[in-house]
Amino acid sequence: MHIMEGFLPVEHAVGWSVASAPFVAYGLYAVKKRIRENPEQRMLLGVAAAFTFVVSALKLPSVTGTCSHPTGTGLGAILFGPAAMAPIGMVVLLFQALLLAHGGLTTLGANIFSMAIVGPFAAAALFRLARSLKLSFAVGVFIAASMADLLTYVTTSLQLAWAFPDPAGGFVASFAKFAGIFAITQIPLAISEGLLTVVIFNALIRFNPQELKDLKLLDGSEAHA
Amino acid sequence: MKHHQNLVLLILVVLLAVFPLWLVQKPAPAADGQRVEIFAGSDDKAKDLIGDINPNYRRWFEPLIEPASAEIASLLFALQAALGAGFIGYYLGVSVTREKYSARGKAVEEGAASC
Repeated sequence: MHIMEGFLPVEHAVGWSVASAPFVAYGLYAVKKRIRENPEQRMLLGVAAAFTFVVSALKLPSVTGTCSHPTGTGLGAILFGPAAMAPIGMVVLLFQALLLAHGGLTTLGANIFSMAIVGPFAAAALFRLARSLKLSFAVGVFIAASMADLLTYVTTSLQLAWAFPDPAGGFVASFAKFAGIFAITQIPLAISEGLLTVVIFNALIRFNPQELKDLKLLDGSEAHA
Repeated sequence: MKHHQNLVLLILVVLLAVFPLWLVQKPAPAADGQRVEIFAGSDDKAKDLIGDINPNYRRWFEPLIEPASAEIASLLFALQAALGAGFIGYYLGVSVTREKYSARGKAVEEGAASC
């Protein structure tokens, strides 16, 4: 999902940066406030960031013969709400842009928007929806995390199609081409990410039920399940 | 029970990663003798596609630092994964130990046993 350095026209690069900035700013404020009020949640916040660090470093092969990586933003979005993931995602993307020439500074805004804004908001909304439909905790986590991953790549495809419409088929044809690279490749990886996020939540439910209750993710009855 | 579920889930993740390696066959070398690459990165493919759609597009900003080689890049990616995995492992280790030695942990155990 990394749009490479310099590969978005200037006005798109600026536009996505402007669009992402308020989310990052609000996310920073929300994270600071949370840590001030609940200092004991600092470690779990670190886990959410660490999970994004790990899985976004893992380039996995996909059935399309292309490698790509999960995003890991669903975990933190479910735990702490979507806003918190904007600054966390930015840190990961900055690390990769500055040290690895993976993504870039000019495309940082666009990449934050797809990975650290669209993904987390989708995860939080889908998790809430799944829970309101009385789906089990694990199924809700799986749907939220895997769709956050997939929708991040769909967003990247939309961003590139908007910037580079096909000379013949326009935006739609271009989107189909980019989605063919990003979104199709991502389907098995999104499933992997959903499964891995369930693994982490299983461990948290087993060993940190109090933290999850404090975050209002578990009520008393589910802590023992 | 949960341990078994996690084991099954992790095996599924490994299978999902291995299956494409087995499924995708390396294509024959192209006519000009160039080897066709498989399992290249999707970001690179998107870059090539931009070149196809708009051959006149010129990259207007270069990365400030590029890893000196593919080896250095893989070092940094491994470092990134190791830092993250190390932290998660530390947190889970602390959590497991804390639960083991806390009275509340015992209560939870009893609760789980009675379920």
